Amino acid sequence: MNGIIGKKVGMTSVFDETGANIACTVIEAQPNVVTQIKSADGADGYDALQISYGSAKEKNTSNALVGHYEKAKTTPKRKSLELRDSSIEAELGDEVKVEDVFVVGDKVSAVGITKGKGFQGVVKRHGFRGVGDATHGQHNRGRAPGSIGAASYPAKVMKGMRMAGRMGGTRVKIKNLRVVKLFPEQNLIVIKGAVPGHKGSLVLIEK
Amino acid sequence: MDAIKFVEEQLSQENTLPTFRAGDNVAVSYRIIEGDKERIQIYRGDVLQINGSGKTKTFTVRKMSNGVGVERIFPMTSPNIASVEVLKRGKVRRAKLYYLRGLVGKKARIKEKAHNAK
Repeated sequence: MNGIIGKKVGMTSVFDETGANIACTVIEAQPNVVTQIKSADGADGYDALQISYGSAKEKNTSNALVGHYEKAKTTPKRKSLELRDSSIEAELGDEVKVEDVFVVGDKVSAVGITKGKGFQGVVKRHGFRGVGDATHGQHNRGRAPGSIGAASYPAKVMKGMRMAGRMGGTRVKIKNLRVVKLFPEQNLIVIKGAVPGHKGSLVLIEK
Repeated sequence: MDAIKFVEEQLSQENTLPTFRAGDNVAVSYRIIEGDKERIQIYRGDVLQINGSGKTKTFTVRKMSNGVGVERIFPMTSPNIASVEVLKRGKVRRAKLYYLRGLVGKKARIKEKAHNAK
């Protein structure tokens, strides 16, 4: 797996060569630094490349991590992720840039933390249709979940029953996105479609 | 936000359209591609609103077609817009003419601006 960590800048829309208007997300991916290389023959037992993005204050980074980043001759980073079985050719401390990983037209996935939605009911959270009837003596129950089980048998609510609760704020991968355009000088990737998270949140773009 | 502006500037063309506003009567020449043939269709109606900003700005044109109200939204930077011709300058008091949707016939007319008549 190859990829790069970037920051979601926001969305816009552009016209493609057929004149179709496509919604795009702009990702700013400053060069990532390779901070660790794991290999199948080494102590780790598998091949992986650890890439790191951004910068963190040294006083807010644990000494263990400061030492870890010093090994790669770099400063503390905001986020580090592992890419297993990566085909990126890089040494410890090397920079991975946008153009090293992607070309225009690539099919990519975006991994990020979705926006937190708070405590939500079943209609928004699980796509239930609600009760829907305004008549037939109905009142006050338009978005209620309905029955959650049978009666004295099984005498319990089945595990995994979809109910109201916290929604969002989870790690999600969106597949089958497409790279519309790259701006290597500005470290920008333009991707067709939406990407999880708020503006400024970190996303892993992988292919 | 600057990165968004940069991308928009790099990836979209600028159409040279005349300035118009809500209430104006316009004729939009729109390119239609059928297979390998290209033709131009003219869509004429009143500008209901101008929406958005920057390169994603759009305008909505409403017309009556066989007694049915039809609204079309055109992006200002669309490469499919060949030209826009302003036929009448309307005299209206608001920027969004949603009230026209509830009106038909003579009530749905927009007064023409007196001093700007062409």
